Amino acid sequence: MTTHDQDTVHDDPATSPGLDPSLPGNDPYGASVDDDTEGARVFTVSGGDWNDLVDEATALHEERIVVNMGPQHPSTHGVLRLILELDGETVTEARAGIGYLHTGIEKNMEFRTWTQGVTFCTRMDYLTPMFQETAYCLSIEKLLGITDRIPERASVIRVMMMELTRVNSHLVALGTGGMEMGATTVMTVGFRERERILRVFEAITGLRMNNAYVRPGGVAQDVPHGAVAMIRGVVGELRTGLGELEALLNENPLLKGRTVGVGYLDLTGCIALGVTGPVLRSTGLPHDLRKSAPYCGYETYDFEVVTRTGCDAYDRLRIRIDEMYESLKIVEQCLDRLQRTEGQPVMVEDKKIAWPAQLAIGGDGQGNSLDHIREIMGTSMEALIHHFKLVTEGFRVPPGQAYAAVESAKGELGCHTVSDGGTRPYRAHFRDPSFNNLQATAAMCEGSQVADVIVAVASIDPVMGGVDR
Amino acid sequence: MSDESTDPKHLDSGEGAPVPDKETDSAATRTDDDPRSSDAAQHTGGGRVVELAGADSEPVQIGERRGMFGATRGQDTSGYGGLVTPTLLPGASPRPYGGYYDEVADVLATALEEGAGFGAAVEKVVVDRGEMTVFVRREHLPSVARTLRDHPSLRFEMCMGVSGVHYPGEAGRELHAVYPLLSITHGSRRLRLEVTCPDADPHIPSVVEVWPGNDWHERETWDMFGIEFDGHPALTRILMPDDWPGHPQRKDYPLGGIPVEYKGGTVPPPDQRRAYS
Repeated sequence: MTTHDQDTVHDDPATSPGLDPSLPGNDPYGASVDDDTEGARVFTVSGGDWNDLVDEATALHEERIVVNMGPQHPSTHGVLRLILELDGETVTEARAGIGYLHTGIEKNMEFRTWTQGVTFCTRMDYLTPMFQETAYCLSIEKLLGITDRIPERASVIRVMMMELTRVNSHLVALGTGGMEMGATTVMTVGFRERERILRVFEAITGLRMNNAYVRPGGVAQDVPHGAVAMIRGVVGELRTGLGELEALLNENPLLKGRTVGVGYLDLTGCIALGVTGPVLRSTGLPHDLRKSAPYCGYETYDFEVVTRTGCDAYDRLRIRIDEMYESLKIVEQCLDRLQRTEGQPVMVEDKKIAWPAQLAIGGDGQGNSLDHIREIMGTSMEALIHHFKLVTEGFRVPPGQAYAAVESAKGELGCHTVSDGGTRPYRAHFRDPSFNNLQATAAMCEGSQVADVIVAVASIDPVMGGVDR
Repeated sequence: MSDESTDPKHLDSGEGAPVPDKETDSAATRTDDDPRSSDAAQHTGGGRVVELAGADSEPVQIGERRGMFGATRGQDTSGYGGLVTPTLLPGASPRPYGGYYDEVADVLATALEEGAGFGAAVEKVVVDRGEMTVFVRREHLPSVARTLRDHPSLRFEMCMGVSGVHYPGEAGRELHAVYPLLSITHGSRRLRLEVTCPDADPHIPSVVEVWPGNDWHERETWDMFGIEFDGHPALTRILMPDDWPGHPQRKDYPLGGIPVEYKGGTVPPPDQRRAYS
């Protein structure tokens, strides 16, 4: 296998700052330079006979083989690479390799305004966009010192959207988890039910995923007319669908055979590895930030924290199902509050922070409402100036740092933001629960069968977009 | 509470980690059945106030801003071009810190007396926007971390990772590592540790011994900022390819990107567009 490629053309001789100038090669961001192989042994792999390989392996008298599962594998929940050392069918060592979906979102956010950052962080864990947006906005609001001035209606909408997102994420977790075990019906039911939630998201935010709906100071726009009635209908339909999933899963002997006692991680392991979310709650610890450190007014909602004590994949699955019912309970309470707060603002009063835009559906499917355009063009020059300044420049955030955490569908999602007083984040770091929880792969899988690795990883429910950011 | 026999071997370092009480999240009903609590549980909290003699309550300047409107490209014809505004981060806070922060500081001070001492280990305490940040001198990070985790009145048994921040303008303390801590035992109390190191000597002791869950987080911070966490079991790149040159999240590392042509116009890459920060 030779890596010599003398014909490579490097057309950018300029060196960039931040790099070690002593590094060879003209393209510092290119792959490793050819010179690395100077003096090293070069292996040439040519075609061989499978029998020779088998003979060689037999001669070593070892059953131990190392298998790369992924990054392109239908059962690894995205571009996750699992490096498994196998002794026969038993996994003796398991390591997770990540980074295949790293897109530099955090770095990119440093080059956009605070509000534009929402558009980026919503794409991290693409199944839980509302949680990233809310965590990010909560930390900005902490930096701005306007946490107490967020209108009630905005918080209610945030809570409702987050809980719908939780149901959405759990449905995908069950659906893909089921599919990876071969239960295709679970997948079709899960995705069918998820579709209802996506339709709600589309009606409210205009987008099914990557919504960029929660903004610093509130939400982008109020829920449209008829949304409350629509969501009430959807909640009822979801209850029916969840009942169907429960009937398929809960006492299914095949499922129980695959999941009970698999992916075991007890409380000690969870705390040591910093694991949160359903995995932690499957050990019996009722740790939920919505209860223990409420935000967005969660302390005023009536719901239970679901726990079980089996520490295994089966209990995590059951916890997810029960949590969805609790989420629907919260959504219904939100709907009552939405009806009560009809017509109230959904954005902070501060005209130096709130985007003035009022969106409405125009001829092109989206756009500014005509009333708003009439106001800024005809009657209020200040509104026009603010609109222009806020959209092109953004608002300034006083220097300092803040950490805001929300209970995402997967665990604690934290956002650490630093401001240097500018219109852009100086640093925005996300503590993604999937990133942290994926470390538990080794603890859950070692000593089990290869087939159990799939189940264990599915019970963590990692989303690689969030892991790699 | 937990089955020790099933602990995988690589969790060894976290085996002694305290585990929160399943029954409750609140401090009031917490039971101290941990043998470690016997020697240190005498602390009653409050009563004595620890002040850091050397702590500087002056704000920390990390840079300066020129002009009035944040525009850095092109000529400034506004007449405000000569205006220089320092960028100041909050300095050390005076007592009382408010909330449970005073208690945490007192308990930490008492617990550290046997070792290095509070004044030697802690550089300053900043309470800003309702959040407490303890600046720890890097050589004392492991002992402070262990105390925060194990002391029955502190019990920060969870470390939510480490986030790096690069301040090129802060000479001698360019790189910061920020550790958000969580105490489930005491009802989701939070605390932030901040450790600094100079760009020329980017070494900070690893806390993986104390919080094994910080393994990947430290690898990420090494990958993105080039902070070397001494004592980490396998400090390798995690998000970028193994042979990647440079550390992308540092401020002197360019964002990259190419200009995009659209309908006859050219949109420059994001880091070369007009900015007002």
